[in-house]
Amino acid sequence: MPWGERAQEALIPPLVALLIALICGDLLILSYGQSPAGVYRLLLEGTWGNAYGFGQVLYKATTLAFTGLAVSFGLRAGLFNIGGESQLAAGGFAAALTGLALPVATPLIIALILCIVAAGCAGGVVGAVPAYLKTRFGAHEVIVTIMLNFIVLALLNWFIAGHLHVPETLHTPEIHAGVLPRLSDLSPTFHGSAANLALVVALFVAVAVWFYLFRAKGGYELRAVGLQPDAAEYGGISVGRVWMRALTFSGVIAGIGGINYVLGYKHYYEDGFASGAGFLGIAVALVGRNHPFGVLLAAFFFATLSQGGLAIHAFVPKQMMDVLQGVVIIAVATAVPEVRRVLRGARKMSDT
Amino acid sequence: MMAAASRLPASPPSRLPAIQMTAIDKSFGAIHANRGASLEVLSGEIHALVGENGAGKSTLMRILGGLMKPDAGRVEVNGRDVTGWSTNDAIAAGIGIVHQHFMLVPTLTVAENLVLGCEPKTRLVSLDYKRAAEDVRKLSDETGLVIAPERLVSDLSVGEAQRVEILKVLFRGAKILVLDEPTAVLSPPEVRELWSVLRGLRDNGATVVLITHRLDEVVELSDTITVMRAGQTVERIKTSETTPSEIARAMVGREVSLSAGKRVQPLARPEGPQRDQGLEARNIHVTNPRGIRVVDGVSFSIKPGEILGIAGVEGNGQTELVEALAGLRPVFSGDILIDGLDVTRRSVAARHDAGLSHIPEDRHRRGLILEYSVADNLILGVQKHFAKRGVLDQDRVMENAMEDVSAFDIRPPNPLLAARALSGGNQQKVVIAREMGRNFSVLLASQPTRGVDVGAIEFIHSQLLEARAKGKAILLVSAELNEVLALSDRIAVMYRGKFAVIMPASEASEESLGEYMIGAKKGNAA
Repeated sequence: MPWGERAQEALIPPLVALLIALICGDLLILSYGQSPAGVYRLLLEGTWGNAYGFGQVLYKATTLAFTGLAVSFGLRAGLFNIGGESQLAAGGFAAALTGLALPVATPLIIALILCIVAAGCAGGVVGAVPAYLKTRFGAHEVIVTIMLNFIVLALLNWFIAGHLHVPETLHTPEIHAGVLPRLSDLSPTFHGSAANLALVVALFVAVAVWFYLFRAKGGYELRAVGLQPDAAEYGGISVGRVWMRALTFSGVIAGIGGINYVLGYKHYYEDGFASGAGFLGIAVALVGRNHPFGVLLAAFFFATLSQGGLAIHAFVPKQMMDVLQGVVIIAVATAVPEVRRVLRGARKMSDT
Repeated sequence: MMAAASRLPASPPSRLPAIQMTAIDKSFGAIHANRGASLEVLSGEIHALVGENGAGKSTLMRILGGLMKPDAGRVEVNGRDVTGWSTNDAIAAGIGIVHQHFMLVPTLTVAENLVLGCEPKTRLVSLDYKRAAEDVRKLSDETGLVIAPERLVSDLSVGEAQRVEILKVLFRGAKILVLDEPTAVLSPPEVRELWSVLRGLRDNGATVVLITHRLDEVVELSDTITVMRAGQTVERIKTSETTPSEIARAMVGREVSLSAGKRVQPLARPEGPQRDQGLEARNIHVTNPRGIRVVDGVSFSIKPGEILGIAGVEGNGQTELVEALAGLRPVFSGDILIDGLDVTRRSVAARHDAGLSHIPEDRHRRGLILEYSVADNLILGVQKHFAKRGVLDQDRVMENAMEDVSAFDIRPPNPLLAARALSGGNQQKVVIAREMGRNFSVLLASQPTRGVDVGAIEFIHSQLLEARAKGKAILLVSAELNEVLALSDRIAVMYRGKFAVIMPASEASEESLGEYMIGAKKGNAA
């Protein structure tokens, strides 16, 4: 397909979905007796309009980028990883433990690398369990990843509540090695926002995922398995091995996401920090159409909605943003294939 | 077998047709499943509808049963125009379809399954089990389909489950029974039992349509035969007035006669050191998931520069044999050797490395990744040769694609196009370009010209002969008898999982192969 047509197919359907969501948003705002234009202006001012709000959007987008990339990586191999929630938590926990264990004087770069590796390994282990159970016993990854969420989160809660917490709280002591610089350290305008250099790590991971999927032999095989497992098998690709790799690395990506909160924001692991981010990653992957750069855009979009909800809270309930998120997801899931069909139909008409 | 055919009931020629379908057309996108197909079934006869996979039999029956509406054409049942009716109308009119795949609820009893949807009730709410069981027992006694109504469907054997399926449609008052491949899952004694039941139903006035591609069954059981090929009705004939080989010829067809009559000349082969070169299969057994032997003790060897053709009616184990040789299906027992190397337990990739190349029978499922570009499809299976330290060399992928596209005349000549966008013939050229382009010594070519236009067929044939001239060992499996006859050095006929015969192509003819294809004759390899 020529580039122009590919770009059309990539961009027009999500824009249509966005338009549908905006119209629904208008109706919701009107039902509260507010002016849609005023509320949207407030939303934009509170998010992209000032450095603090923008910083908060970037912070929230970072975690969503990791979980979204994780889900999309699995989906490219035809696997649905619903375990982002627990993989993210496990990654954060491992990063915090590593940070605590390292001497305070450890050079920052070494400490960071060790923490990130630990986070990735922890997420990878949580991802490898359903991968192994699927390839060895045929257990469905959706069931196993969902159930594993409960097990892993309960185990982490037990560790924190029973062994590692600072009295009166549900978090670990603060770490001093491997703390990521915040954006406000670089530019004072971001003062107070939680955005930090985990953002750079997320961008790096997105590029790495893109390179792997579309340039590496492994990615060629992974996508082949996701599209047509029978043809992949015929091509000498070991489907089981690809599944193993895809789910494990999906877990690794989600696990690394834990550093955003632990190394970048609070500097400790707190029970429940990952709550909701893993599941929202599914929506981010869906809206981002499983393309790493689409996922980045979608993460930014969902983070804007979430931060925007706080900004307009005085006028309409912030839950309206949750409703809007839902509308976006449904609009993308239904409108995108439909719009694409119409586009292709129109093109065929003009060809003949 | 002919004795069975002569035992036809004397029927007055003026008898009204129970089913009359004329000029039926039905397409699904680009696939034209029925093109002007017709079917006439007299009431009170057993009518066999035969044809190969994809000939359009099932589509025709779905239209009859109201599951689909025809694009064009006319359907009459008992003289009434019912074109485009619904499934409910069809059931009300007494049409009962017994599907190939059972549609029973395994956790319910036989009686509960039978009354599902029309349960007898006591006092508005609760189901009257006793009456249901009695009704079923009565029907079971009448028809000779013996089964205890209280048994759970999950405890039944396959043959018993089928009996329940037949009872189910009779219970709903079916007078016209359609059975789709009823014997595919049955053992020989179960088949004989089914025959006597169907004859009993016919003698009591029911009309039976039997869909099958096994000719021995057709000849044994039916009164009249309709043969379909490529969506069209090619012949309607009385069973007593035909022979199995005639039916076989009508089924397989002679249209593609490009290479008909041509025969390959044997190549001079060097003897001695190359003795164990080529492909050798020793006593291969393959079982399907239900544990039934679908390939049952097949042995052969193919020398370099030789084509062994496998003929046979589809569904006699050819697919399973090729998949087992290619490593896509486990063998139960036996040995597979490529150039003397035992690859029986090796992976697909290891067999590639040993020198195996494979043109699969289903390019849409196996041979191509339809969403991938032509260029990406041209490296499927050889992708590791295009990677350096794990990264694909895009320039070499494109270079390879440009070469193949021009050498094999793949149209349109744009390697970035998704494989989905190509015509069937050009898709097949992509598969062939890839499989011929790699380093190989043994080629499995399964239905290499299926669904391909006439020009591409000729091209593919010349490619196969060129590979043979270069000293490749080639296994050719084809449903086209002409193709097998024209290209092979030796021909084997596969019947019910075994080689019925294996003979030099010079001694084979369509007629003689036809006899083996339907199991009427058993030869040296049985």
